[in-house]
Amino acid sequence: MEIILSLAIGVITASGAWLLFRPRTFQLAIGLSLLSYAINLFILAMGRLKMDAPPVVDKAVEADPAALADPVPQALVLTAIVISFATTALLLVLLLAARGLTGTDHVDGTEKTP
Amino acid sequence: MPPADHLVIAPILLPLLAAASMLVLSERRRWLKRLISLATLTTLVGVAILLLTRVDGPDSAPLAYRLGDWPAPFAIVLVVDRLSALMLLLAASIGLCTHFYALARWDRAGPRFHPLFLLLMMGVNGAFLTGDLFNLFVFFEVMLAASYGLALHGSGVERTKASLHYVAINIATSLLFLIGIALIYAVTGTLNMADLAVRVPMLAGQELVLLESGAAILSIAFFVKAGMWPLGFWLTPTYAAAAAPVAATFAIMSKVGIYAIIRLSALAFGPASGLAAGFANEWLMAGGLATMAFGAIGMLAASRLSGIAGSYVLISSGTLLVATGTGSAPVLGGALLYLVSSTLGVCAMYLLIEPVERAADIDREAAQPQTEPVFEDDEPGLLMEDFEAEEEEDEIGIVIPATIALLGSAFIFCALLMAGLPPLSGFIAKFAIIDGMLSGLPTMGTEGWTAIAAILLSGLATLIAMTRAGIGLLWVPVERPQAHLRVVEAVPIGVLLALCLALVVGAGPVTRYMKDTAGALHDPARYAGAVLDPTRQPPERKR
Repeated sequence: MEIILSLAIGVITASGAWLLFRPRTFQLAIGLSLLSYAINLFILAMGRLKMDAPPVVDKAVEADPAALADPVPQALVLTAIVISFATTALLLVLLLAARGLTGTDHVDGTEKTP
Repeated sequence: MPPADHLVIAPILLPLLAAASMLVLSERRRWLKRLISLATLTTLVGVAILLLTRVDGPDSAPLAYRLGDWPAPFAIVLVVDRLSALMLLLAASIGLCTHFYALARWDRAGPRFHPLFLLLMMGVNGAFLTGDLFNLFVFFEVMLAASYGLALHGSGVERTKASLHYVAINIATSLLFLIGIALIYAVTGTLNMADLAVRVPMLAGQELVLLESGAAILSIAFFVKAGMWPLGFWLTPTYAAAAAPVAATFAIMSKVGIYAIIRLSALAFGPASGLAAGFANEWLMAGGLATMAFGAIGMLAASRLSGIAGSYVLISSGTLLVATGTGSAPVLGGALLYLVSSTLGVCAMYLLIEPVERAADIDREAAQPQTEPVFEDDEPGLLMEDFEAEEEEDEIGIVIPATIALLGSAFIFCALLMAGLPPLSGFIAKFAIIDGMLSGLPTMGTEGWTAIAAILLSGLATLIAMTRAGIGLLWVPVERPQAHLRVVEAVPIGVLLALCLALVVGAGPVTRYMKDTAGALHDPARYAGAVLDPTRQPPERKR
């Protein structure tokens, strides 16, 4: 599972980073979204991978830390998802505004003629 | 917990509540909104002063505020120590002055200026107060989200283009911020900064490498915010494109990055942190020097006042990074004074740009707000009618006579302050930094000399650039009988410069405070002790 997860994070990050350096604003938005997915997976992985382990302590049973998943990264990921969702939405509005004002979807607002 | 302790959370709650309440008010009720935000900002200044006096006793410990009264390393904690209180006061004073300036006309250039402004203050205050890394991220995001809105305030092609870059760069760095946090959590198992100070000295080998890479990635986010070379190319165009009061407020945002670096390097990588001690100091030093050089060159090349001010923000960040990189308490004490004085100075400078360029009859495209509506409910027509009508009738205050004389003296004041010449606070601050470096010189060698030379040379570049700009803008034959300067614009500039003057007059106590702050920063055990408090039992569970 470790291999699959690290491969997934690596591929998504690489695609996101590549898109980030493209000149179109839409590619920029998709690149940033991909990167944020990769980061969310990364945060989850940093809490150590564990299968079928609940993050919440059951009061009735004696708590055994080894049988539980770390709840902190999960909470962090939730927050990170909300924040990146909000900032991406804002970015999209800005992209539309820039498209409308400059008449092009180039990130610099001007087309460079070769 | 005594009721007065709840003041700690006020700098976050107050602007949040005020901003939320303003969202339900119609844009037409301008005066009510102005009143609410001015009242909130004034209260923030008062709260910051109260907090500052509380933590500045001879042996007073940092004040920890545990939300929900959970024991410290497991839940959210806010901490006020001398540094936080100082930054809170600085942010509140700057916020109040720039907001007052915005009342002249900028708050009518677009919708929802006041809520965005207060949310920015909330994010900045939260970043100064928070005691753990993840909340630092959250408050950074609050601050950034509000700043995106403010950078776009007034709309227009120039602003939209600059903001697009600004937003994209900041979203990308936020992701780096998260990677750094995740790595640090993976190694130490904590995000609480006090707990981090306790656990970092125990690390060695592989874990240490992971921690250092985590901290390095995290620092990139702060470096981008502070504008360190080569991560700060976005700064000058964005600040130049932003509306005058917004740019002035952004001056405090670049200091949030510096604050985070000072805090983190003192707590987790101070002399007491074992193998990890001072791991980034040479990077801070090199980056700071490069930033100063870049800022100085940019300043000499700048043809506009906004370019000069932007380059000065870079020089100021560079100086602070270098001072942090020396890792010595006396230098840091001087650097804190420099931080306050340079922030006030550059803030006044950004506010001065508009009246000075108006007096010199320079039409600045970015200074004109856009008239096209962005959202349906903006009622821009209404706002713009007011905007233009009041341009004519000069509703607020009278036009001050002898404008040029006033502007000129404020300009000279700013130039002396920024270049660090006597008798103003910039000089005292630079003197304190250099004095600290000279006393620590035997251990620093060439690095120390390079840093001193860079500080002096960047001051010279500032002086040259400001003199040239001053000659070009103020010594021009005046065609109009009188340039416009409104009281509401002059007062905040005057207050900011007066604060710098107060720093000189009260140099004794101020330097003492900065020294104590730097001393406390180099004693992370005390900070950790106050936050983690071993004598404190976990709260009794109610069954």
